[in-house]
Amino acid sequence: MAEFRLPPNSRIKKGRNFPVTGGASNVRRFAVYRYDPSAGDNPRVDTYEVDMDNCAPMVLDALIKIKNEIDPTLTFRRSCREGICGSCSMNIDGSNTLACTKSIDEIKGDVKIYPLPHMPIVKDLVPDLTNFYAQYASIKPWLQSHTPPPPDRERLQSKQDQEMIDEPAACILCACCSTACPSYWWNSDRYLGPAALLAAYRWLVDSRDEVTGERLDDLEDPFRLYRCHTIMNCTQTCPKGLNPAKAIAETKKMLAERRY
Amino acid sequence: MSNSGRPLSPHLSVYRWPITMTLSILHRITGVGLSVGLIVFAAWLIQAAAGPEQYQYFRVAMSHPIGIALLIAWTFAFFLHLGNGIRHLVWDVGYGFEKSQANASAYIVLVMAIVLTALFWVLKL
Repeated sequence: MAEFRLPPNSRIKKGRNFPVTGGASNVRRFAVYRYDPSAGDNPRVDTYEVDMDNCAPMVLDALIKIKNEIDPTLTFRRSCREGICGSCSMNIDGSNTLACTKSIDEIKGDVKIYPLPHMPIVKDLVPDLTNFYAQYASIKPWLQSHTPPPPDRERLQSKQDQEMIDEPAACILCACCSTACPSYWWNSDRYLGPAALLAAYRWLVDSRDEVTGERLDDLEDPFRLYRCHTIMNCTQTCPKGLNPAKAIAETKKMLAERRY
Repeated sequence: MSNSGRPLSPHLSVYRWPITMTLSILHRITGVGLSVGLIVFAAWLIQAAAGPEQYQYFRVAMSHPIGIALLIAWTFAFFLHLGNGIRHLVWDVGYGFEKSQANASAYIVLVMAIVLTALFWVLKL
């Protein structure tokens, strides 16, 4: 059931202030969600002032600068810093995106940074993605085929068949879409969410996969698939410009079409 | 979902609403509102069938500013729910999923609902 208020242990308290040191003229304020599991306190929002004349342009650059120069306890995931690994997904300026591809200049006023919404928080900006990954595994994201592959080569596809999976296969599983979805917020225990459903669609339309029927059977459920109410937050927020909402609609169409 | 005492990250309180999200929740709210309005609609028919004296009670109640405000709200809910319902039908056949299209259709539905509600009351239908 939808629980709109945060539980008592999750309500955010006022945090600390880290004013800029020295005579910096170009200063931006970063308000960052902090949670320290060893302290036993509620989460808080700390504010850091950063000298932008000595900072690279992306939000991730500012976070790394804060961690290196202001507060080494700040914790976040990051790796590739070029939008391909999906590690640094977080809620920046009210929308989920990758910190490494989000320009600070695009944001007006204080830069507000929270973890991905409605997730259990391990520490600071690091959410527990166990359930998210389990849901991805549940759609069996691998090729399933009854016929053996040709002995002398791979299973080939036509160019058109390949184009069907180009876009859905470009998902980097950053979880921005699923954690932007109100349906997922209220029902993540039973609704698969846009990321897992986009992955499911990628295998449904793969010309080499031979278990389309079973895959559709697994999805035909009031919660797993049909909790999608076309709110469109997934497509609006995807940092890779993919369209999970359309993939889900196409999946619903496949289910409707096979009935008649 | 409990998870070994871990706090839940903020959601509604921090998320910036895209117009499509606003239309989605408005669709649900107007749907609930219209269901309640149906009771008043039934009362109207019953009072009308009960004769001129009974009907006068209904007229007086609905001529009160609160009654008129409710009627305006219900007509707006009707036009918004109707327009957005058509938007959902278009989605169900697989069209209009690009971000620009979904945003544009959201604004079209909203503006149409406001215009039709205004027309309805100006023309005193």
